[in-house]
Amino acid sequence: MKLSGWGRFPVSECRVEAVRCEADVLALIGKGDVIARGNGRAYGDSAANALCTIDMRRMNRMIAFDASSGQLTAESGALLGDVIDTFLPRGWFLSVTPGAKFVSLGGAIAADVHGKNHHKDGSFGSFVDWIEICGADGQVRRCSRTENADLFAWTLGGMGLTGVILRAAFRLRQVESGWIRQTLIPAVNLDAAMEIFEASQDATYSVAWIDCLARGRSQGRSLVMLGEHALAAELPRHRQSNPFDTGNRAKRSVPFDLPRMLLNSLTVEAFNDLYYWNGKRKAGQVLVDWDSYFYPLDALLQWNRIYGKRGFAQFQCVLPLEASKSGLTALLSAIADEGGGSFLAVLKRFGAQNGNISFPMPGYTLALDFPVSPRNLTLLEELDAIVLAHGGRFYLAKDSRMSRETFHRSEPRSDNFSKFRGNEDMQQHFRSAQSDRLGL
Amino acid sequence: MSTEAPKGSVLVLGARSDIGLAVAHRFARQGYAIQLAARNCSSLAADCADIALRYGIAVTAHEFDVLATAGHEAFVAALPELPIIAVSAVGTMGKQDDNERDMAAAITDIRSNFEGPAIILAVLANHFVARGSGTLVGISSVAGLRGRATNYVYGSAKAGFTAFLSGLRNRLAKQGVHVVTVLPGFVDTRMTAGMDLPAKLTAQPAEVADAIAVAVSKQRNVIYVRWMWRYIMLIIRHIPEGIFKKMKI
Ligand SMILES: Cc1cc2nc3c(=O)[nH]c(=O)nc-3n(C[C@H](O)[C@H](O)[C@H](O)COP(=O)(O)OP(=O)(O)OC[C@H]3O[C@@H](n4cnc5c(N)ncnc54)[C@H](O)[C@@H]3O)c2cc1C
Ligand SMILES: NC(=O)c1ccc[n+]([C@@H]2O[C@H](COP(=O)([O-])OP(=O)(O)OC[C@H]3O[C@@H](n4cnc5c(N)ncnc54)[C@H](OP(=O)(O)O)[C@@H]3O)[C@@H](O)[C@H]2O)c1
Repeated sequence: MKLSGWGRFPVSECRVEAVRCEADVLALIGKGDVIARGNGRAYGDSAANALCTIDMRRMNRMIAFDASSGQLTAESGALLGDVIDTFLPRGWFLSVTPGAKFVSLGGAIAADVHGKNHHKDGSFGSFVDWIEICGADGQVRRCSRTENADLFAWTLGGMGLTGVILRAAFRLRQVESGWIRQTLIPAVNLDAAMEIFEASQDATYSVAWIDCLARGRSQGRSLVMLGEHALAAELPRHRQSNPFDTGNRAKRSVPFDLPRMLLNSLTVEAFNDLYYWNGKRKAGQVLVDWDSYFYPLDALLQWNRIYGKRGFAQFQCVLPLEASKSGLTALLSAIADEGGGSFLAVLKRFGAQNGNISFPMPGYTLALDFPVSPRNLTLLEELDAIVLAHGGRFYLAKDSRMSRETFHRSEPRSDNFSKFRGNEDMQQHFRSAQSDRLGL
Repeated sequence: MSTEAPKGSVLVLGARSDIGLAVAHRFARQGYAIQLAARNCSSLAADCADIALRYGIAVTAHEFDVLATAGHEAFVAALPELPIIAVSAVGTMGKQDDNERDMAAAITDIRSNFEGPAIILAVLANHFVARGSGTLVGISSVAGLRGRATNYVYGSAKAGFTAFLSGLRNRLAKQGVHVVTVLPGFVDTRMTAGMDLPAKLTAQPAEVADAIAVAVSKQRNVIYVRWMWRYIMLIIRHIPEGIFKKMKI
């Protein structure tokens, strides 16, 4: 069947096999190369293999929960959103969450996803105690920081290329409510935004929406959003008896592909201005429910259709701290010059990072969307070059088009990854359209 | 975790099926205790643990072969309590060409989609009548609305089951017991694995489960899943036989 990632680009024809238990997975291993697929929220072609894409979504059972440590054991197809539905009413939340809740546990591990608390808590992998993974030989191994530690370190961020993750144990965090105390700070330009981030290292959550089209002295104007889990006592009185109940957010879906015309840079500019001024007016502290705070886009089901049939590409890079300012300035200038219009641009400060191949590094990450067009694809290559010149790297979960050369120049770590995969006979067995494209 | 279920139990027959499991999750979320009935039921241990952990309700697994009709009375008697809702998700869909050559295969399809599900619901119906309440849900199929060359063995068995459910509903209407007939179009399950189904006409198992939960609470009689199917089948049923028999459909 036709398969693509969340960006709906590229689309490829793949044989998809849905598995329901370990035995189903074992039956597919060793007959040719495969790749595991979670919920298809990676933007590009990382979860696609023409010969055999293993759909893990039906292998989604929760296995055990230890309320003394907050450790949840679950099969890899379980969705993070289901974890929240089940455990938030009992006072637990994800320790790290990406900006989408319809993401599987396997996908969260394979991309070693980061959240708005990366500067403080690290990535998803920091909270994973162990992983059980099916290797090229059809053996299921448990790996952790102490057992098969190499396999563990390459599996976090390894994009499914070390085997099929069957189940894992990871720790949730205890919270007193389903609400986030959000502080909104407008920043007039990039300097100001970075200063706010540096001064807010103690905040649990921090992220900024950045206006990519502003120029000159207001280049990089942003809305920085800090957040803390609200204590029960901080809620309005009528909420205190039921602190986890935030009500249901209505779901709206985008039923049809919007014509690309609607997304010309004028629309984007208008949207940007609106957001900026709206945000400025609401500056200060507010209580926001967890769903709107962490997953603003999930309420709009299938919002990826707003970019029309040709799909879109997301660009996400991270720049080392010392090169962040000059790198971001160069990136923003290139984007504004082109006026190709990114709908959403997100800026965030990353903290320290463990793991062998995970994306984050201490510094700043910038993420934005581009509708797919020849012009934008050229711009993206320009942006790639700027990132390379500043010693940065790219997020594979968002990539759908990077060249092999760019990837290898940005990732000196990939040689060791290939060596490890070669030794373990993984290269023949676990491959994706992305790993083929990037020569991984 | 409470073991008592103030709401009563929901029995799912054919509980390993994607639709059956989705139904179990759906009712467990509403606070019903769950009874999962399937062949080789010990392999459902992981699903029992999953459902119990997620919803904090009691889940039990019960060995059940729909073709062993002589044992159905004993099966019901052995349940921890008489369920308040029973859903049959049992069915088989053999390959049509096998069913043309191999009569044993055809018999399995006919018995597994008609005889077996009809008899277990008939047994449950008598218990529900004695109690004076309950809802029976039979998952049949749009395939039962007109026999087609490509799967008329399966389709005719479903047609029998649909007629049985209709009669049962008619009989029980005055006795406090409700019967829901479910006529799904395509559903993305193990039964349809590998088929290239049109996305717009294909429901997810959770959608079927949602539709069933609504039908039970609103006492609907016959439901389709994905509204287009009602009209597609209306058209297909009204094609004159002289034309229909020459069609490839
Ligand atoms: C709106 C939106 C916001 C996002 N925000 C963030 C964010 O803030 N931070 C962030 O880090 N990411 C973010 N992402 C990206 C997303 O978190 C990752 O792409 C994640 O990997 C998606 O998980 P999935 O289950 O959909 O996996 P898929 O997209 O299906 O697969 C992604 C990768 O994981 C591998 N994989 C999946 N399951 C398994 C398994 N069982 N065993 C082995 N490998 C497996 C696949 O092979 C593939 O390489 C966002 C995505 C969206 C759509
Ligand atoms: N998928 C569709 O497109 C579709 C469309 C319309 C209607 N339906 C109907 O929906 C229902 C559920 O099917 P599904 O799609 O979820 O497919 P499925 O996974 O194949 O479910 C069928 C279930 O019936 C069980 N079963 C078969 N013979 C049995 C027997 N002798 N005793 C006990 N259980 C038996 C199977 O048990 P095992 O697990 O032990 O094999 C299986 O769990 C079926 O009635 C099907 O006809 C499906």
